[in-house]
Amino acid sequence: MPTIALPMLHTDRAFRDAARGLLGAGVPPDAVLWQFNGNGGDLFADPPATVAPTAVTVPRAFVDLMNRVVWHSDPQRFARLYALLWRLRVTPGLMTDRGDPALAHLMRLDKDVRRDKHKMTAFVRFRDIGESADGNTRRRFAAWFEPSHCITEPTAPFFANRFGDMDWMIQTPHLTAHFESGALRFSPGAPKPPLPEDATEDLWRTYYANIFNPARLKIKAMTAEMPKKYWKNLPEAELIPGLIANAESRARAMQAAAPTLPPLRSDRIIARLPGQATPDALNGCTRCPLFANATQAVPGEGPDRAALMIVGEQPGDHEDLAGRPFVGPAGQMFDRLAQEAGLARDAVYVTNAVKHFKFTPQGKRRIHQRPDRPEIEACKWWLDGEIAAVQPRLIVAMGATAAYSLTGNGKTMTARRGTIETRRDGTPVLLTFHPSFLLRQPDATRRAADTALLRGDLALAARWLAGTA
Amino acid sequence: MAKLGLQQKLAILSDAAKYDASCASSGTSRRTSRDGTGLGSTTGSGICHAYAPDGRCISLLKILMTNFCIYDCAYCINRVSSNVERARFTPEEVVHLTLEFYRRNYIEGLFLSSGIIRSPDATMADMVRIAQILRQTHNFRGYIHLKTIPDADPLLIEQAGLFADRISINVELPTDAAVKSFAPEKSPDGIRRAMADVRLRKEASQDRSHTGKRPPKFAPAGQSTQMIIGADNSTDATILGQSTRLYSSYQLKRVYYSAFSPIPDATAKLPLIRPPLEREHRLYQADWLLRFYGFGVDEITAGRPDGNLDLAIDPKLAWALANRHHFPLEVNRASREMLLRVPGFGTKTVQRILTTRRHRSLRYDDLLRMGALMGKARAFVTLTDWSPRALTDSADLRARFAPPPEQLSLF
Repeated sequence: MPTIALPMLHTDRAFRDAARGLLGAGVPPDAVLWQFNGNGGDLFADPPATVAPTAVTVPRAFVDLMNRVVWHSDPQRFARLYALLWRLRVTPGLMTDRGDPALAHLMRLDKDVRRDKHKMTAFVRFRDIGESADGNTRRRFAAWFEPSHCITEPTAPFFANRFGDMDWMIQTPHLTAHFESGALRFSPGAPKPPLPEDATEDLWRTYYANIFNPARLKIKAMTAEMPKKYWKNLPEAELIPGLIANAESRARAMQAAAPTLPPLRSDRIIARLPGQATPDALNGCTRCPLFANATQAVPGEGPDRAALMIVGEQPGDHEDLAGRPFVGPAGQMFDRLAQEAGLARDAVYVTNAVKHFKFTPQGKRRIHQRPDRPEIEACKWWLDGEIAAVQPRLIVAMGATAAYSLTGNGKTMTARRGTIETRRDGTPVLLTFHPSFLLRQPDATRRAADTALLRGDLALAARWLAGTA
Repeated sequence: MAKLGLQQKLAILSDAAKYDASCASSGTSRRTSRDGTGLGSTTGSGICHAYAPDGRCISLLKILMTNFCIYDCAYCINRVSSNVERARFTPEEVVHLTLEFYRRNYIEGLFLSSGIIRSPDATMADMVRIAQILRQTHNFRGYIHLKTIPDADPLLIEQAGLFADRISINVELPTDAAVKSFAPEKSPDGIRRAMADVRLRKEASQDRSHTGKRPPKFAPAGQSTQMIIGADNSTDATILGQSTRLYSSYQLKRVYYSAFSPIPDATAKLPLIRPPLEREHRLYQADWLLRFYGFGVDEITAGRPDGNLDLAIDPKLAWALANRHHFPLEVNRASREMLLRVPGFGTKTVQRILTTRRHRSLRYDDLLRMGALMGKARAFVTLTDWSPRALTDSADLRARFAPPPEQLSLF
């Protein structure tokens, strides 16, 4: 029966080569004996076989699984991996069958290895061991760690990536990793070495004791993630019993303590605080419920005495965040069409019929909702104020919401678009589509046609202002 | 006043920082120092280097720059009217502690917060300087989380985002009214505008310029916030509604819920309570259901007339018990959306079910191997070899899951 001896170092490569060879030679799983680091072989077996690797194609998922499971301490891991590999020849879809018992077992081993590797990255504690005698100026650190599996080799690159500018050594019972001047190497494991005391450990224990909140004792949550087997090598763990024992009395003492008088300086400081900036009138508006969910109210923007005022529906997602009107996708479309229509964009006052964004949250997005009549009417007070201040010669109402606010008629836009109606105070109001109506239009031909209409209406506004229409 | 040593300052300023729940160090861009020119790495997923007996992970050096504060927030240990001992780190001390802790593999990086001294701008400028020294003088490539001060100059926030992986601004309490009564110097509007500003800056940093060049990364691990639970009388429905709004509006990575916990030298305005830890836990579960399981706030909070979650059982189980007409579900045919609603099935289990059932029909043991919690799920599913029969509709089903009643603790 062929016996394959796998070494402690580079076990992954050795197993991969052996498995390729065995698979190429058609050796079934029950005909192989696996030996690791001199253990687990058959005393009466043939001398360790060497097999020439052959190329084998396996799913990526198996390669990843294999590259982790080989580090497990289970003596059966190689046999189990090879058995799965053997079955993969005829059942290539096996890796996605999460109910398969053999695969499930290997997945459990995989999880053990990943967890152990993760815990190693978390719980290794370095001590400063001082500069070396040979004049190397890199700082030197050393640590002792006891992993449950043979994970020192696959986890060492993590430390090399992290502590690139210092020299370090991690000793474990089975292997020692050294990182010197940027080069990683391994030497045999050793028993726990005496490491010099490190004063920073006291600072760390101070931090650990003080970041703990005695009013929320959850010991199980702690030991689930930081099992006791790691405690003996963690400098902070010696504090745990004391912290737990005193927690309840500390929490009780906080509750029982009578409120104290504030220190004398406190009133002086509070009196000196600059009064909180009261929100401007628009941001303090509670005329309708929309203020409650929006970030901020978005006022109009443009020259004080603009001849043309553009009124849209309401701020969108982007406008709500930025606090400025017409800066989102619909605003950008308006800018483009206005330019094409020959409108001087910076001479126009742009605003919205409703000043707060109305939406329903959906996951990571906010879905625009049309303001209803009471909301439009509540906000009309602000729009009327803007019109009274700017006194435009012409107003363009984009969309039905703006049209309703300005003319009192909320009927659909299709029939009214391109016409000029009159506001109560006599200001002419040109009606047109809202750019976001075009953005929502799924049909490309109709979108192009409607875009042309909107552009035409803006050009009409430009001509009207120039007195040529 | 005698000059405090580094160890005393560390004790005071970490004690003052522990009421911030966030300790995440995940989700940022990948960096290493393998080239030997700096210190630190980030791998995308965070590492918890220790756990305290309060069950919270210790991933970052979480400290305050100073616990002197000119504000008077009732729930806060550092409020101006409190008599706790005060201290202040120099920027060099924070840098020293961060680097020395990092070199010993105690931490993933720094979470720096601060009481507000002199003015919001002065405080924020000092915090930004610490991050800048770490990044530029010491080539520190570990994780930095800066708690920003909402009223600070936007330019300082912009710089903070260039040095930090994560930025956070606390909304503090679930409703604007609660903020006004317990944190009178803070402005809920200002906090939201600051979060909006962070989102816009982050999005702007992702757009390539016309030459195809990418602008410098801005807070690659995004922004988060925290609200204190149980200090005011908001219901869970209000709290979750607020979270939904925050997630959708400002693309937050996380909303942290922090059970209001006794503090030393509390104010008479806000009597201390036993921290509502179970409620905090149920809120996190509900938060997950909202973000990863396709539930709506209304569905989760519809179960009880008072708008609070059931503390005895988890919110998904509570929903399933109240909506038994959807069950039992045939696992071999059900849609992904419905599988996600089965108590005991997580997102990974559902993904495994979907890939495996392409090969063959699933049996009870398959689900056990896939990580499903069948103790919960068995009443709600049918499989090739399993039917719950009358269990799904049995009157005592809730009692099987809820813990037995126990005498209330006096504490």
